[in-house]
Amino acid sequence: MRILSLAGRRLAASIPTLFLILIGVFLLLQLAPGDTVDALMAQMGGGDAATAQQLRKFYGLDLSVPAQLGNYLWHLVRLDLGFSSIYGKPVATVILERLPPTILLMTASLSFAFFFGLVFGVIAARGVNRWPDTLISTLGLVFYATPSFWFGLMAIVVFSVYLQWLPSGGFQDIGTVQTGIRGVLDIAAHLVLPTLTLGLIFLAIYLRIMRASMLEVLNLDFVRTARAKGLDETHVITRHVLRNALLPMVTLIGLQAGTMLGGSVVVESVFSLPGLGRLAYESVVQRDLNTLLGIVFVSALLVIVVNFVVDLLYARLDPRIAAEG
Amino acid sequence: MDLSRLEINRRTALLTSAAIAANVINPMRAFAQETPRKGGVFNVHYGAEQRQLNPSIQASTGVYIIGGKIQENLVDLDANGQPVGVLAESWEATPDGKTVTFKLRKGVTWHDGKPFTSEDVAFTAMNMWKKILNYGSTLQLFLTSVDTPDPQTAIFRYERPMPLNLLLRALPDLGYVSAKHLYESGDIRQNPTNLAPVGTGPFKFVKYERGQYIIADRNPDYWRPNAPYLDRIVWKVITDRAAAAAQMEAGELHYSPFSGLTISDMARLGKDKRFIVQTKGNEGNARTNTIEFNFRRKELSDIRVRRAIAHAINVPFFIDNFLGDFAKLGTGPIPSTSTDFYPGPNTPQYAYDKAKAIALLDEAGFKASGGNRFALKLLPAPWGEDISLWSTFIQQSLGEVGIQVDIVRNDGGGFLKQVYDDHAFDLATGWHQYRNDPAVSTTVWYRSGQPKGAPWTNQWGWEDKTVDKTIDDAATEVDPAKRKALYADFVKEVNTELPVWMPIEQIFVTVITAKARNHSNTPRWGSASWHDLWLSA
Repeated sequence: MRILSLAGRRLAASIPTLFLILIGVFLLLQLAPGDTVDALMAQMGGGDAATAQQLRKFYGLDLSVPAQLGNYLWHLVRLDLGFSSIYGKPVATVILERLPPTILLMTASLSFAFFFGLVFGVIAARGVNRWPDTLISTLGLVFYATPSFWFGLMAIVVFSVYLQWLPSGGFQDIGTVQTGIRGVLDIAAHLVLPTLTLGLIFLAIYLRIMRASMLEVLNLDFVRTARAKGLDETHVITRHVLRNALLPMVTLIGLQAGTMLGGSVVVESVFSLPGLGRLAYESVVQRDLNTLLGIVFVSALLVIVVNFVVDLLYARLDPRIAAEG
Repeated sequence: MDLSRLEINRRTALLTSAAIAANVINPMRAFAQETPRKGGVFNVHYGAEQRQLNPSIQASTGVYIIGGKIQENLVDLDANGQPVGVLAESWEATPDGKTVTFKLRKGVTWHDGKPFTSEDVAFTAMNMWKKILNYGSTLQLFLTSVDTPDPQTAIFRYERPMPLNLLLRALPDLGYVSAKHLYESGDIRQNPTNLAPVGTGPFKFVKYERGQYIIADRNPDYWRPNAPYLDRIVWKVITDRAAAAAQMEAGELHYSPFSGLTISDMARLGKDKRFIVQTKGNEGNARTNTIEFNFRRKELSDIRVRRAIAHAINVPFFIDNFLGDFAKLGTGPIPSTSTDFYPGPNTPQYAYDKAKAIALLDEAGFKASGGNRFALKLLPAPWGEDISLWSTFIQQSLGEVGIQVDIVRNDGGGFLKQVYDDHAFDLATGWHQYRNDPAVSTTVWYRSGQPKGAPWTNQWGWEDKTVDKTIDDAATEVDPAKRKALYADFVKEVNTELPVWMPIEQIFVTVITAKARNHSNTPRWGSASWHDLWLSA
């Protein structure tokens, strides 16, 4: 249980960090010229000065910056994320609506990347410097070097425009609203291309890490011992090498849970998915401070939670960590 | 200048023009004898979500593209750009121009079943058009009351004369009616009906999933007989232009309005028989590309420098190579599509003449030292690809006459704040939207005394009493012929003084499936109600 107290302490330490991030983002956005009323004017195609003044009052922008920040923090400690100016709804509601597609996309592509990264990493490491390794490493490099928007668009051109196998965008079929198992399959079909697009880039990283990690562990003494005592190769790999080689992979998944949220702006836009990335982008362009801060808050929470889980996983994979504290 | 880029653009432009010519003529001829077919779902590209959908409180194409099918206006424009009654059947103005009487259509009901009456018109006019609606608040500034002697009559009373032809040309955009019974209590801006609009139009609002789609179904009780034909309209929110083009090709979208795709994708789809790519149907949404001068800069307050800048830029070359058939040479603030007010090309113009530009700059006393005369900060608006290309073209053209231009890019909110509020620019470039009558959104670019911070208005630090007087006289002149003459004077005056230069005219481009019938048949078709639109099998 030492690991729990360790992780708990780290959790407590992240709360001030969270507040610092929020204040930082708030102040950074003050540096951007224009406010949400200017953005609204840009969208409307104009309006007179009296209207603008009314709107500033309506959105609470007639207060000074410290007063606005104070207001925001005061609401936040009471767990109120405020009101979104572009959606006209409480920020918490807006984010909750957008969370499912983001989390679905994120878990799907992370699992895809993790699983196939692991498999290909092991295959590459087993056949190091022979053709499977060369092929896998080259493909990995190609995936890693290709921008995700290009991947996404090409996937749409091939699978939606020419082959017409998969829908080219959206989260679900709008024409016929499906329920039950058909509804699940419908959403799954819509998520195939975005998952692959987002997952392929991460796959490349995972397989490189897995390969390197496997190669390192394969050379350690205990592997030689395992082989010496007559274990067959499959046993050696799965029971001894894999478990030890997994640690860097788990570290990486914790780190990337955060990046995935940011990285999905592009994928969400290309595939017209209603996720958090697009919401964040829209909030910046529309200068919707409350929504943006809300997203930063939720993303930061998510990263903290994922890292907490990773800490626990470490202990499970390598009992020495829990023992040493 | 980057030559490889130019060649690619020239080729695209040429292919596009050929493709447009081929596509526009053929489908019309082939399907002339078809009988309209009922049914079908029409999928529309929706690029930028708005904060609400009620066109009575927000005048923008992003709202009309949806709200304009659900709610209706008093009058719209017909195929020839002339006012035609929608919710109003007829209208009449008194000779002094201070009273306009609308006779309203009988037997029209709101989607919730309540009858549409003059009370709705009076409520919308006084509380929305006059108080909230952008451009509406300026148009209806002198509206004092709307009388409703009976449910079919609405009498608009004005403090100052309101030219009937101005009102009728403004009302298609600024005359959408909302239901009084849904809006009379509470704050209009926060009314939930704004996101689930209720109207009298051919389509009934069904559902809005933010970030995904909006659905409206056919209104079985619509007042026009046999209309509408479509069963359903779905607006799909797609922010990525390239992805929207791919969805058009996959057949998942039928229509991308208002130049919603990239210039290269529009050119590419124009060659595909499955699509029609054209500017027809958008004449009512004409716009001009601008160069806005900040007179607070000593150099720019000199008329010779402004004229030199205009002479230094080869506009026809830019249009041919970058915009192709989607644009033409502009002659001032009133575009040639405005048949009622266009004064013709015989106003002061500034043809490309590099030698003259150099002579003017020398004459103004800004000699080149080491190749450079002075440096200017240019702020391009982020509304479209054309503005970005245009700003680079300005930069390179002015570089050749010794004016160094630094481009400062901003997003929408930032651009408006820096140009129209902070005045932190030397040159700015964006779009001027012409809304069928110069008094709606054009003369504010030139009239002095605009409050600081009002976007797309005269924030140049420039004032001209003659121009102000012409603008004021034209705004209240009730005789159409005299009004036209006054606006011709106005164009001459501002083209001489050149506080803003508007050398390019553009009309939005429509990309639509070749299966659509009765599309693009009015000058503001993207915003229109689509009651007669149908899809062939």
